Amino acid sequence: MTQGIGARLQRKEDARHLHGRGNFVSDMLLPGQSEVAFLRSPIAHGRIRRIVKPHGAENQVFVRNDLADVAAMVAPTTVPGYKLSEWHPLAHGKVRFVGEAIAMCVAPTRAEAEDLTEQIEVEFDELPVLVDAQAARREPTVRVHEQWADNLFLTLNYESGFEAKAKGAPIVIQREIALARQAMVPMEGKAVHAQWDDRSGQIIVHASTQVPHIIRVGLAQFLGIDQGQVRVISPDVGGGFGYKCILQPEELCVAWLALKFRRPFRYIEDRREHLVVGANSRQHGYRVTAHADERGKLWALDAEVTIDGGAYSAWPFTVALEPGQATGNLPGPYDFRGYRCRTYCVATNKPGFLPYRGVARTGVCFAMELVIDAIARAVGREPWEVRYDNLVSAADMPYDNVARKHYDSGDYRKALTLAREKLGLEAWRERQRRGERDGRLIGIGFASYCEQTAHGTSVFSGWGLPIIPGYDQATVRVNPDGGLEIRAGVHSHGQGMETTLAQIAHEITGVDIANIRVVLGDTGTTPYSTGTYASRSIVMAGGAVANACRALIPRFLAIGAHLMQAAVATMKFENGEIVGPLKSVSLREIAEAWYLRPQELPPDVDLGGLEATMGFRPKRDTGAFSYASHAAAVAVDTKVGAVEILDYVIVEDCGTLVNPMVVEGQTLGGVAQGIGTALYEESPFDPNGQPLASTLADYLLPGPTEIPAIRIYHMETPSPYTEFGIKGMGEGGAIAPPAVIFNAVNDALRPLGVELTETPLTPRRLLEALGRAKPSSEPRVATA
Amino acid sequence: MKAARFDYVRPGDVADALAVLGQAEGAKLLAGGQSLGPMLNLRLVRPALLVDVSRLEALQHLEDTGSTWRIGAGVTHARLEDARGRLPGAEMLCEVASAIAYRSVRNRGTIGGSLAHADPAADWPLALAALGASVNLRGSTRRSILVARFIEGAFTTALAANEIIETIDVPKLSRAGRYGFYKFCRKTGEFAEASAAVVFDPQAGAARVFLGSLRGVPQPLAALAQQVAQHGESATSTQAISEALVQSIGDLDAVEHAMAGAAVTRALGQVFAP
Repeated sequence: MTQGIGARLQRKEDARHLHGRGNFVSDMLLPGQSEVAFLRSPIAHGRIRRIVKPHGAENQVFVRNDLADVAAMVAPTTVPGYKLSEWHPLAHGKVRFVGEAIAMCVAPTRAEAEDLTEQIEVEFDELPVLVDAQAARREPTVRVHEQWADNLFLTLNYESGFEAKAKGAPIVIQREIALARQAMVPMEGKAVHAQWDDRSGQIIVHASTQVPHIIRVGLAQFLGIDQGQVRVISPDVGGGFGYKCILQPEELCVAWLALKFRRPFRYIEDRREHLVVGANSRQHGYRVTAHADERGKLWALDAEVTIDGGAYSAWPFTVALEPGQATGNLPGPYDFRGYRCRTYCVATNKPGFLPYRGVARTGVCFAMELVIDAIARAVGREPWEVRYDNLVSAADMPYDNVARKHYDSGDYRKALTLAREKLGLEAWRERQRRGERDGRLIGIGFASYCEQTAHGTSVFSGWGLPIIPGYDQATVRVNPDGGLEIRAGVHSHGQGMETTLAQIAHEITGVDIANIRVVLGDTGTTPYSTGTYASRSIVMAGGAVANACRALIPRFLAIGAHLMQAAVATMKFENGEIVGPLKSVSLREIAEAWYLRPQELPPDVDLGGLEATMGFRPKRDTGAFSYASHAAAVAVDTKVGAVEILDYVIVEDCGTLVNPMVVEGQTLGGVAQGIGTALYEESPFDPNGQPLASTLADYLLPGPTEIPAIRIYHMETPSPYTEFGIKGMGEGGAIAPPAVIFNAVNDALRPLGVELTETPLTPRRLLEALGRAKPSSEPRVATA
Repeated sequence: MKAARFDYVRPGDVADALAVLGQAEGAKLLAGGQSLGPMLNLRLVRPALLVDVSRLEALQHLEDTGSTWRIGAGVTHARLEDARGRLPGAEMLCEVASAIAYRSVRNRGTIGGSLAHADPAADWPLALAALGASVNLRGSTRRSILVARFIEGAFTTALAANEIIETIDVPKLSRAGRYGFYKFCRKTGEFAEASAAVVFDPQAGAARVFLGSLRGVPQPLAALAQQVAQHGESATSTQAISEALVQSIGDLDAVEHAMAGAAVTRALGQVFAP
């Protein structure tokens, strides 16, 4: 079986995880190690008047003033109007959300460290709490950040051809659409272990992070030490999802402890901390007005988007990423030429917004796809037909859309058509007409999206962030036995890159992937990369691995020619062998010559040897756009408000598939999270800013029985801009599920005149909507 | 999220356990720990002493007394789930047990622990109230009390600080006896949003209908039960169920009313299913 690009290989990393032999930060135990617990703010907004450390344990408790040599994290951008927040490693003068770290406690065990947190006295002057983004936007006096004139991190205005295109549209549809705040809930939360190493003169920080090199840059910058004094290692990581693509204040605190006391310290976030402090994503509000013709063809779109940005802007990607992505991606995969969008990113007394898998696109897809279905209902056509008519056609590719996004390739309409066929729309419509014996209502939904992946320097430099991705690098080394060692600065935490990067190297060198080791996530041993986020790693690191492998081939040929005593020009590299006119030599023989029998090397041998580090950037780095259409059939129990997904089909195109099984695994995981957004997950806050879902009893996650058997079908349109035509795809699965499930439920409820537009679709929300649709003075009673 | 400091003791028998309970300040019984464990870790409870009764032999029996099944308080949900076919007259116990949370919880969680914890959305208080079961308590003396009276409110029971639940007596249904148990959970393993249990024994002319989850204690729908006892299925119209909910409970909001109506309707539907 082939092992190269396109091979459906089991993952190299699975064995250790399936046998429980992974190595995570929590598995680390060093002599003299101390555990860290944080005292977190019990109130959402207030000035700290006084902190009293527990008597006799003063040297185990640290507050902001103790870390005076640590700078606050400030994440600038060059986006006009963006306001800076200062995020201190421990609260400085004021707390701005429930769960903000106030003090750091150190003890031999976590329980004892938690005991210390309870003995600290903190006096607050409580301030009015801003918990609703709309209210915070209009609030005249109360400020999350005192030095600001209002509570807006950023307001974006975009306009292109709106007035001219919207004029006289016969169909005008307006909807208010909202997504709840969510936590990302990786299996492993934040985790950081820091130790001082005298031999290297470094703090060695093991962090559960997607971006070890960025963490190194940030730690050195905010601790005020040299880059060379910091080594960051990201061991096995139990899920990132964006939660771990920024520098965490806890990482800064624990690294400071190790630097200061030259002993090992460890902090492991627990689930309650995660659900409180990590309630930091997805919360968008939309008011969308669509202008269309009688057939439902979109002419123009007018939108106001409100993003509840929380209290702080995280370093380095900033909270501005979210409004930028929302404004730029709302038009989706559709062909229309009038667009106006105003996006408010509002500071509130909640944890600061972070980019969660899908970054804004789960929200914009939800808004856009609900609007497409609303248009279809208004013009009396099948939603998939209206969607089809509006999708960018393959003939128009590459396509520059109304928000200046450059869609590189693909056949969006074909994906939708295939999804309709694979779901079996007509059969479901027939079953819907017939009705269910148990009285449930059948609904069918579709959603289409396209997703910017692997966008690079030109996009990020436009935002002017502190860290801008450039040429991702990889090192490929031939070992003395002819096996390969690949080192890349990205990190894999479920994406299967130990396998897929090996497949790319195999594609070029022919080396069996069993003999290819992939080393990731260690700033001490891998070349610099900004890391794994934005669905970029297989394109960027994969491209770098390919370039490094290719750089080695002329060196193989030169050594091979000398070994065979033939002219280099007559050499070819085929299936891992150096083939001459009469005979061939293996890569192993080349490696043995370089490492073990250098007397056999040509005198002018390339001094780079059998190791190459090369960089990669796509030919055009405005993004390789993956896309998909999802289709689902659901049954809605209107008596208790339950939704069951009966069938779920995905037709996706992420360009050239490196490993279809890895793509499917990534897609399934994303869809599970999307189903969570649609039906289960919500971090509500009360009017005082208190989080109401602080355990998994209140924050519901979908489990195996809530995820249907999902059928995935692939299309393969190579990107013209990337190595092998590969596109990124890690986030896409999480984008469409809320849209497709709500469209299906709304399809089911259409006879009752009910349309739901707010996630998650809880039984209570569903029953309340049904109650509003059929007002009655009598209590409504179910018949089952 | 680690428990505050506590002491731990594992008495050898019930008398030892009672002696420890009688002497210690702030002692708490630990059985399966499926609710108490998380509450300890969240520091919602801070007992000075945990008295672990999970291995007491005397609490493990499943005994046929003729008219009842006597269930040891330490019997796990999993044991009752696995006793399917071996508890004639109390099959409902197996069915209810099999749908509590998920198997790893059922492996450790106990029937007595569930009653003592008295979570309003738990399954045992509702099911055992509908079955007319009694709790046998042992302290300085022994006493017996109906489950429906034992549960006094959300997380509140008649159990005194120096008492242990020893066994639960579940009256057997006659061969003609039917039961229904319906709960609606947002996902597998969650506590119920709405639940109802019905027991109808036409031979004895008796019926009990209870609504769970929505209030602190299982709510009897006594008038509806009486109608069912007298008139059977014809007493279970949508109208009758709605009126029974308004009469017996009253202050449900529209969503609760709809869910409760569906739960009672579906539990009754099981009783009268052909």
